[in-house]
Amino acid sequence: MFEGWDAVVLARAQFAFTMSFHIVFPAFSIGLASYLAVLEALWLWTGREVFINLFNYWLKIFAVAFGMGVVSGIVMSYQFGTNWSAFSDKTGPVIGPLMAYEVLTAFFLEAGFLGVMLFGLERVGHRLHFMATLMVAIGTLISAFWILSANSWMQTPTGHAINAVGQFVAADWFKVIFNPSFPYRLVHMVLAAYLTTALVVGAVGAYHLLRDRHLAGPRVMFSMAMWMATLVAPIQILAGDQHGLNTLEHQPAKVMAMEGHFQSHKDGAPLILFGWPDMTEAKVKYSIEVPKLSSLILKHSWDAPLAGLDTVPRENWPPVPITFWSFRVMVGLGFLIMGLGLFSLLMRWRGKLYETRLLHMFAMAMGPAGFIAVLAGWITTETGRQPFTVYGLLRTVDSASPLAAPAVASSLIAFIIVYFAVFIAGVIYLLRLMAQPPHHGEQGPRTDVPARAAGITPAAGTVAEGGVR
Amino acid sequence: MIPFDLPTIWAFIIAFAVFVYIVMDGFDLGLGILFPLFPAKQDRDVIMNSVAPVWDGNETWLVLGGGGMMAAFPLAYAVLMPALYTPIIAMLLGLVFRGVAFEFRWRTQSERNRWDIAFAGGSLVAALAQGIALGAILQGIHVEGRHYAGGWWDWLTPFSILTGAALVIGYALLGATWLVMKTEGGLRDRAYHLSWVLLIAMLAAIGAVSIATPFLHVQYTHRWFAWPNIILTAPVPIAVAAVTVLLLRSLANKFDYQPFFLTLALFALSYAGLGISMYPFIVPQSITIWQAASPENSQIFMLFGVSVLIPLILGYTAWAYWVFRGKVRAGSGYH
Repeated sequence: MFEGWDAVVLARAQFAFTMSFHIVFPAFSIGLASYLAVLEALWLWTGREVFINLFNYWLKIFAVAFGMGVVSGIVMSYQFGTNWSAFSDKTGPVIGPLMAYEVLTAFFLEAGFLGVMLFGLERVGHRLHFMATLMVAIGTLISAFWILSANSWMQTPTGHAINAVGQFVAADWFKVIFNPSFPYRLVHMVLAAYLTTALVVGAVGAYHLLRDRHLAGPRVMFSMAMWMATLVAPIQILAGDQHGLNTLEHQPAKVMAMEGHFQSHKDGAPLILFGWPDMTEAKVKYSIEVPKLSSLILKHSWDAPLAGLDTVPRENWPPVPITFWSFRVMVGLGFLIMGLGLFSLLMRWRGKLYETRLLHMFAMAMGPAGFIAVLAGWITTETGRQPFTVYGLLRTVDSASPLAAPAVASSLIAFIIVYFAVFIAGVIYLLRLMAQPPHHGEQGPRTDVPARAAGITPAAGTVAEGGVR
Repeated sequence: MIPFDLPTIWAFIIAFAVFVYIVMDGFDLGLGILFPLFPAKQDRDVIMNSVAPVWDGNETWLVLGGGGMMAAFPLAYAVLMPALYTPIIAMLLGLVFRGVAFEFRWRTQSERNRWDIAFAGGSLVAALAQGIALGAILQGIHVEGRHYAGGWWDWLTPFSILTGAALVIGYALLGATWLVMKTEGGLRDRAYHLSWVLLIAMLAAIGAVSIATPFLHVQYTHRWFAWPNIILTAPVPIAVAAVTVLLLRSLANKFDYQPFFLTLALFALSYAGLGISMYPFIVPQSITIWQAASPENSQIFMLFGVSVLIPLILGYTAWAYWVFRGKVRAGSGYH
C-alpha cells in the first residue's frame, strides 16, 4: 500500500483523511449544541414535557458524537507538528496564538461544562444546568470562530510580516484575525453546521413519522428541522455566493478551477454545468455550457471579461478536476436542501406537514446531505488553494516534516484502520439511538438514574433512584 | 539566576499546562491501566462513572500543551514532533480508543467487553507513549538548522523504555489513589492494596530514572551535583522522602483524600526535578527557550488571554469537580 508515494503526498493524504473524519463531528455538534440549548430553553419556558424528552433524546446522541469529535480533534492539533513541522515553525507565531485562543476560550468552556450538561441536571438545578448547556453551545461557536480565522488567514493572509529566520509574524493582529475571507467563511460554515444538524434531526423525525405520524416528539423535531431548512437554506446559498465573490477577488485561481475556466474569456464566460476537466490538455471535455452565465454570476454582467487559468503559471494551478466536481456536489446539494425546505413549506401551508409520506421520504434521504455538502465544500476550498498552505506565500511541498515516506505511510495506514474501526462503530451506535423514537419520560445519557427533572411530569419508574453523592 | 522575560514566563505557562495535564489525565489514564484488575462489570461502571464528567476537560490540557507550544515555541514544536513521531501517533491512537470508550461502552451490551479492552489498552498505550516521549526528549534530539535530523527510531532506547514504564506506574498510582478517594467498600479496599504495591514500584521507578538521568549528559550531572547548585537541588530529593513518608502513613491510616493529593505532590516534585534538569533548554542540548521563542508580539498577544482565561478555566473546572464531588456508588452513579 502506498508504494511510490512521496512523503509529502502521504502527509497530505493523512491530513485529508483525518480532517474529513474530524470535520463531520464538529459540523454536527455545533448545530446540535445550539439545538439542545433551544430545546432546554423551550422546556424551561413552556414546561412542556415533549421538549425535555427531545432534549434528553438528542443529548445522548450529542454525547457520542461529541466524544468522537474530541478524540479526532486532538489528532489534528498534533498533526501540524508531526507531519507539517516546517509549516508549524514558519506559521506558528501567527496561527499558533489563534489556535491557543481556541483552546482557551472554546475547548475548555465546552469540556468544563459538558460533564454538568450530560450528567448534572439533578445535581445543579435547572437554571444552572441550562447555563451549562448554553456554555457548551457558545463554546462550539467560539471554536468555529478561531479555527476558521486561522484557516482563513492561510487562505487570504493579511496583517503579517516575515522575520529574519523566515517565520511569519503578526504585524497587526486585528488584520490577521479578521482577514478578508474570514467573515464569509465563518458565516458559511456555521450555517452549514446548522443545516447539517437540521437535516439529521429532520431525517430522524421523518423516519419516526413514517412509522407513526402521531408521535409528539418526532412531530416537533420534524417541524423545527423543516423550518430551519426553509429559512436557512436560501440564506446559505446567498452566503455561499458572497463567499464565492470574495474568493474571486482574493484567490482567483480557485474560482477558475471551480468553474473549469482554463481559457480566459474576453466577452462573457460560459457557465460550465458539467464536464470532465483535463489538466494536461487544459480544457473541459464533454462540457455542457450556458453561454455567458458565469460572467453574470461572478461579475453581474453578461459580457464581463473573465480571466482563466491561462493567466496563472502552470506550477500554481490547483488540481482542477477535484475542485470542479466537489464544488458541483456542494452546490447541487445546497439546492436540493432548499428544495426540501420549500416542499415542507408548501405542505405546512396546506396543513399536511405530518401526513405527506413523500416529504418524509425526501427528508430521510436528505439526512446525510449536510455532511456530504460540508465535506465537498471543504474539499473545494482546500484543494482550490493548492499548491500553497499559506496562499501565494508558502508552498505545500515546503511545509512538510523531514520524514521518510515509510514513517508517514505507516501512520496513515494506522489512522485508516483505527478510524474505520472506531468511527464506524460509533456511527452504528448513533444510528441505533436514532432508530428509537423519543418517548415519554426519555432519559439522559445514562439509564440508571433519571436525568430529567423531577416534578415536571413525574412518570412511573423514573423517580430518582437515589440522589447521587 | 532565572531571568524574568517573556520566553521564561511562557516556559512556565507551558510547563504548568503540561503538568496539569499529567496529573489530571494521569489519574484517568491510570484508571484505564488498572481496568483489567477490576473485571466485575459493577466495579468498572463505578470506575468509569468517577471520571466520565471530567475526562474531556482533563484531556483539553494536552491540546493546550501542544497548541500553546506551537504558538509560544514554534521551533521546539517543529523539532520535537517529528522526532517523537511514532510515540506521538501511538499516543493519539491510544487516546482515540480510550476516549470513545467512555460513551461507547454504555451504548452496547454485546460489545461492551470490546470497549473495555479499548479503554484499558488505549490508556496503557497513551501513558507508555507519553513516558517514552519524555525519555526521548531527555536523552537529546539530533537537530540541524531548524529541523529534526535524526531517524524515526531514535526515540527507542533503554532509557526511554524506562521512563515509559515509570510513567505507566505513576499514572496507575494516581488512578489507584483516585479510586481510594472516590469509591467505597471492596473496590476501595482493593485500591488501597494496589496503592501500596504501586507506590513501592513508583519509588523504584523514580530512583531508577533519577540515577539514570544525570548520566545522560554532563550538563545534567553538573546541574544537580555541582556547588552551589546542590544547595538548590538537594531539597527536591529530601522533599520526595518526606512526601513518601506522609504517603505511607496516609495509606496505613486508610485516609480517603490524602493518598491522592500526596501522590500529586510526588508528581510535582518529580516534575520540578525534570525542570531542573532541562532548564533553559526546551530541546535538551540543542534549543533553548530563547532560541525557540516566537516573536514578542505573539507571546504578548497570548499572555493577555492566558492571564485572564487560565484563572477562569481553573475556576469553572473546579466547580465541575465540586458538582461531582464525593463517593461514587454502584448503580447510582451520575449516569
